[in-house]
Amino acid sequence: MSEFFSMGGYGGYIWASYGVTALAMIVLLIATLRGLRSSRIEREQLEAVLQSRRPRRTKKTQQVS
Amino acid sequence: MHRFAKPSVFLKFTAPILPWLSALTVILIAAGLYFSLIGSPVDYQQGHTVRIMYIHVPAAWMGLFCYVGMAICGAMSLIWKHPLADICARATAPVGATFTALCLITGSLWGEPMWGTWWVWDARLTSMLILLFLYLGYMALVNAFDDPERGSKAGSALALVGAVNVPIVKFSVDWWNTLHQPASIVRMDGPAVDPSMQVPLALMILGFTCYYFVVLILRVRLELNERRIRALHLSGMFEDPETPASANEQAYEAGHNAEAKQ
Repeated sequence: MSEFFSMGGYGGYIWASYGVTALAMIVLLIATLRGLRSSRIEREQLEAVLQSRRPRRTKKTQQVS
Repeated sequence: MHRFAKPSVFLKFTAPILPWLSALTVILIAAGLYFSLIGSPVDYQQGHTVRIMYIHVPAAWMGLFCYVGMAICGAMSLIWKHPLADICARATAPVGATFTALCLITGSLWGEPMWGTWWVWDARLTSMLILLFLYLGYMALVNAFDDPERGSKAGSALALVGAVNVPIVKFSVDWWNTLHQPASIVRMDGPAVDPSMQVPLALMILGFTCYYFVVLILRVRLELNERRIRALHLSGMFEDPETPASANEQAYEAGHNAEAKQ
């Protein structure tokens, strides 16, 4: 097992490469998902206000995510 | 073609694709990781460090692939004024920038044990660094304008001009014979990499590509939400103070009112 992690003495370089790649890809995905969630909440709030103010207007609003 | 350029059509088409694409991404990357860390042999010259290739090369591929995509979207946005093309270009930039940065970092981590240096001003390395700056410049530029329309014009022009760098990156190793080794995968006479190493490479390249499309779909949705919010705010329906307006919008309104008074 320790042989696997040491990678013939190059473990530090190899695991650093894989680690930084995994971290960057996960951070980008989470940041995107969080941004998507907050933007969806804000849009829904605004559309709810809009609906309450214009009860007669029953135009279907576009569904996003 | 124009029929597909409507945001609502994009949303309808991508909604069923997204879960499958996400699953495919996880499967491809998991299999790719198994083969690159366990299932593939060590290189006769480089030993275990060849395993860095399985993320370095796919990251480089994504850096170039995303830029080409961004430039094509930029061109479409300039020529046909498609909002969706502009949104796709904006959604692509952070992914491309991330992979380009990863390519430079993993290249550095591979270069130190094999070449004895973290960085040299070699043609390939320098052109890749320029690619990263182009991405960062694009992102700064499109967000620098209050009006997304103007931002997209400037950004698209930059993306197109910067596209000249893509062939420079690709062929730099042939034109300037410096430290970075020449191409070993996309070559005139077939790949020079052993089949046992082609498997993890192919899996990782496909996995990263699927990851990009997953993030692209999510970021396009995010951008569409943002535009909808913006349109609602500008529609003048939300002028009383109890509605939540973002700081940007308030600043924008304040600026507008000041101009109106002058």
